[in-house]
Amino acid sequence: MSNKRPVLSPGEPVLAQRTANRPAPGTWGPKALAVRLPLLLSAAALAFFVLAALVPNALAPFDPLAINPAAAFSPPGSAHLLGTDESGRDIYSRIIHGSRPSLLIGAAATAIGLGLALLLGTIAGFGGKWLDFGVGRILEVLFALPGLLLALVFIALAGPGVGTTVVAVGLTTAPGYARMIRAQIIALRTSPMVEAATVLGRSRTRILATHILPNALAPIAVLGTLGLGQAVVWAASLSFLGLGAPPPAPEWGAMLSAGRTYLALAWWMTFFPGLAIVLVAAASTVLSRALKTAGAR
Amino acid sequence: MSQPILAGGRSPRVAGAAARWALGKIGGGLFVLWAVATAIFFGIRMIPGDPAEAIMGGPGSQASAEALAQARADYGLDAPLYVQYFSQLWRLATGDLGTSYSLKTPVSEVLGELVPPTLVLAVLALLVAWALALVVAVLSTRSGALGSALASGLEIVSAAVPHFWLASVLIMLFATALGWLPPVSTNAPAGLVLPVATLALPLAGFLGQVMRDTLEAAHRSPFALSARARGESETGVLLRHSLRHAALPGIALSGWAFGSLLSGAVVVESIFARPGLGRSLLSAVTARDIPMVTGVALLSAAAYVVIMAFSDIAERLADPRMAGS
Repeated sequence: MSNKRPVLSPGEPVLAQRTANRPAPGTWGPKALAVRLPLLLSAAALAFFVLAALVPNALAPFDPLAINPAAAFSPPGSAHLLGTDESGRDIYSRIIHGSRPSLLIGAAATAIGLGLALLLGTIAGFGGKWLDFGVGRILEVLFALPGLLLALVFIALAGPGVGTTVVAVGLTTAPGYARMIRAQIIALRTSPMVEAATVLGRSRTRILATHILPNALAPIAVLGTLGLGQAVVWAASLSFLGLGAPPPAPEWGAMLSAGRTYLALAWWMTFFPGLAIVLVAAASTVLSRALKTAGAR
Repeated sequence: MSQPILAGGRSPRVAGAAARWALGKIGGGLFVLWAVATAIFFGIRMIPGDPAEAIMGGPGSQASAEALAQARADYGLDAPLYVQYFSQLWRLATGDLGTSYSLKTPVSEVLGELVPPTLVLAVLALLVAWALALVVAVLSTRSGALGSALASGLEIVSAAVPHFWLASVLIMLFATALGWLPPVSTNAPAGLVLPVATLALPLAGFLGQVMRDTLEAAHRSPFALSARARGESETGVLLRHSLRHAALPGIALSGWAFGSLLSGAVVVESIFARPGLGRSLLSAVTARDIPMVTGVALLSAAAYVVIMAFSDIAERLADPRMAGS
């Protein structure tokens, strides 16, 4: 029914084609550099946080959990780069150490969302009319609980916690991905390449495995890059609302939640963890857009 | 949906098509509501934990066995599962959403009080977001590559900003540091500024990205060229031809915008201590108040279905080419 109409979902606007201002490949003049600057900055920001997630001790000057009441609520300065919280814990070190849980939660949620979407999208796109109809109805129900709503309903049923958060965020993002993957698979199914394979007498399973899924992977990589930033934001929102990682953990959303109480007293407790989330989300958007244009080239 | 649906009433055939379309939408909507109610009903029973405990105030309340049994009897939780399920469906179908576990008042009454404040917030935010996105899109298409790149950067960042952080930053800036606006939201105009801005800015970022892409494409399209060839000014082309296209993705994204506003309302209403649907949903989730969660879920699913039906119609009105699809 409504499957015929292309419905936009959050992933798509950002992936919209824009090739007008792209510099020619291999040119590195000042103008090309200015256009590429957001991409370079995004790659650097993501690389920094991935590094922080891998080797936090190499980057963080303090123990993220070490309490030092004498230094409580220190503003950003030379002793504590980004200030300290109510127990004197170093905010910068906590953000560095928070990279691993925050990015892992985001990555796990994206993996669940994409995995579920790949399953549903493949069944719908390749399973014939009735399966397509059935999956379409399931997706319609998931779409009717948009944004945080599906995650909140899931948490109401399963109870709060990190594991629930991961599944909840994955579920939230799955329907949008599933719709895009289904469209991708249908486009491939009717492509000349697949027609040729059909004429050659290849089996459906073999066509799916050798032609359709490998060619659907590139768009999925784009979606995954974009989804990572989005999932980090969703998961942090749930932590912020007190439904995710418990407070002492240096997870970004939980840090923000803790800082909320001291908003008037210590703005840095809220501002900097949030900035980390914004950086990851914006960088993943820019990067996925670049991947998309590179793929279309 | 293969016939044009909005030519309605001109011939029996077209009227029939419109009726079929409407019936299909209503049937699809009822299916969605049934599925949501059913999923929550069986979902809560598949997970360990006693709903009677949630009624008595959670596992920490140490309710006696008699009190739990009484709660089960009061809320009909002692009947066989299929009896519970069908009586639940019957009650929902007759508009009875049940009694909230934590507030002990009918869910429909609670929702009736909560919808207006959230609606005010969401509609204002939507209008502001549309206006912002359009202004930025129009300005940037007229100011060349640099303006376009600048607007794009602005949009990506504002779309990436989480509601909870934006709200905190706005409070720190305008309530704590400058003291211009209250940190707690009331229905007074000053109390609405910060919550509305928090909801509108990320939404404007998303809408702006799509609107600008569409606007730029429309500006390069054959119909814009032929309008220019007829001697229309750039402003004329923009007003009479391109803007209509920039509105399309905004309409197509309205279902998504609804989700964004509702999710945002959960966060914004909690931060600004503003009564509303989102904040009550959060406390219902924390208290595992299932009738309340079911009520909010059904209400927003119904709203989503209605919004999608209207955006379908609006899209066909804005772009006649869609009518045949």
